[in-house]
Amino acid sequence: MYEKDGEKYFIVDSHMHYWDATPANWVPGAEQYAKGWIECFHAYQSLGPKETHWPIEKFEGYTEDDLMKDVFEDGHVDIGIFQPTYLKEWYREGFNTTERNAALGEKHPGKFIANTRFDPRDGDVGLVELRRNVERYGSKGVKLYTAEWNNGSRGYKLSDPGCYRFLEEAQKLGIKNIHVHKGPTIWPLDKDAFDVSDVDHAATDFPDLNFIIEHVGLPRIEDFCFMATQEPNVYAGLSVVIGGLMHARPKFFAKVMGELMFWVGEDKMTFGSDYGIWEPKWQVEGFVDWQMPDDDELSDYAKLTTATKKKILGLNAAKLYDIKVPEECQLPADAGTPAAQDDAQLVTGA
Amino acid sequence: MTTIPDALASPAEGSRTRPAGLAGAVYAALATVRDPELDQPVTTLGFVSSCTVTGEGAAQVRLRLPTYFCAPNFAFLMVADAYDAVTAVPGVQSTEVILDDHFASDAINAGVAARAGFVASFDGEATDELDDLRATFLRKAVLAGTDQVCRPLVDAGLTPAELTALTLGATPVSPELDRLRQRRRDLNLPAHDSSHLLIDPTTGNRIRESSVPLHLRRARLTRTGIDANTSICSGMLRARYQTT
Repeated sequence: MYEKDGEKYFIVDSHMHYWDATPANWVPGAEQYAKGWIECFHAYQSLGPKETHWPIEKFEGYTEDDLMKDVFEDGHVDIGIFQPTYLKEWYREGFNTTERNAALGEKHPGKFIANTRFDPRDGDVGLVELRRNVERYGSKGVKLYTAEWNNGSRGYKLSDPGCYRFLEEAQKLGIKNIHVHKGPTIWPLDKDAFDVSDVDHAATDFPDLNFIIEHVGLPRIEDFCFMATQEPNVYAGLSVVIGGLMHARPKFFAKVMGELMFWVGEDKMTFGSDYGIWEPKWQVEGFVDWQMPDDDELSDYAKLTTATKKKILGLNAAKLYDIKVPEECQLPADAGTPAAQDDAQLVTGA
Repeated sequence: MTTIPDALASPAEGSRTRPAGLAGAVYAALATVRDPELDQPVTTLGFVSSCTVTGEGAAQVRLRLPTYFCAPNFAFLMVADAYDAVTAVPGVQSTEVILDDHFASDAINAGVAARAGFVASFDGEATDELDDLRATFLRKAVLAGTDQVCRPLVDAGLTPAELTALTLGATPVSPELDRLRQRRRDLNLPAHDSSHLLIDPTTGNRIRESSVPLHLRRARLTRTGIDANTSICSGMLRARYQTT
């Protein structure tokens, strides 16, 4: 919990990691990819405040103690949601697997939610693994990285028939939340890998699942926003937006927040630190202190209320994951209205 | 306007010195090559790390990108466009364009050098050349450019009815307007003085008065997206190459 000016904020970090990217975990022959991946992540960290930058050695393999201190002791987080990313073609034991996350979670009861993942290209074996993980770890969400390389394939789309089979199975198993992360490759390579129209199809065909688009579809914010306006079960995951822009490019952060508030609305935006890329402490504190600047250029963007910030930092994700929120952190029954409702009608009718 | 850090915006950034003569002409040709996603010249973005021409007219250009995993299709377009732009400079006898530090460097460099096209360069991994991809991003550039041109007009009080009636010829002249026209020409969209300022970037049809507010909202959203991407990419490039 974070308390500021007498207000209590329940913090759900809905997108965080516990990875092993140390050289010992690199797949022989694929070292350049393993190294390229973690160096790319490390460059993202440079967009945060200087005093929060880590040397690459720590970044490759931060410890359990680092995580518990950065996220919970210093970072104000109440519940962390692990989002696995396997990348087993590059990392021998995986970059950040369900098992690794859950093992940490079991040592700290009540602190974590362990999401799992699937890859439709794994076929029947993948379905068995999905069932096993959900049964074993009680996962209510999956993280899908559509640009993952798998046996010569550079990626997949959510609208692929093979993926629908997995979404159907996930739904049967009790999965509610599908976190989608787009990446730079997909098959075929000539298409825009970041395109989000496949999520649009899946969200329409699976109305009882929630689709949380991580990094708000970056670098396709515009396509994401337009889709989110029209699909009631599509959410904006703010990881990278706060971490990558709030400090480094405050003006663009303001504009992106303004657009998200308009198109997506405060009830469908969720905070995620993307730890270990960025520590949650400065993000939570900075966001609570942040307000849309009084600037002519930004004058028609909505201001954020305390209720808005409480929703984004934790209450929205708590709803998605049925997390019990302490009374003192809840909103009064009449606080806040969905910001994007009228605009949704405007766009649908256009 | 997108803000690029001064050092990255400097024409001399990455290259040893601003070259004169033939090398200068080659550098100027590179300034016509754009990142298709960010709609900015590769020179402004700091993607040209060196540019040299020998006395015999052999040009060599080295390109670099913000990450090892930047999308290979956009990377291919920039390398291929750079190759074409440099080759077209009078006096250049041979051209070599090398993309460094990228997971697909080998495939891209070899494919562009062989004039092989994208499908042949990524055998079995692509089904089409990149024309559709390029057009998709030109349409985004048209929308973002529409925001740049219209924002001052909206601030000055023009109504949707006035905006929908406005032609390119009647719009106040500005670099942003020139740029918008060029992007429209690239897409074979109407770009004459008598063409309307507000058009659908896919069909070229005029935007109706009732749709103007939403169209402008989309235009601003698109520009915000491109600007946010540009700021993240330039930050990543700076971290990767310690440019200041």
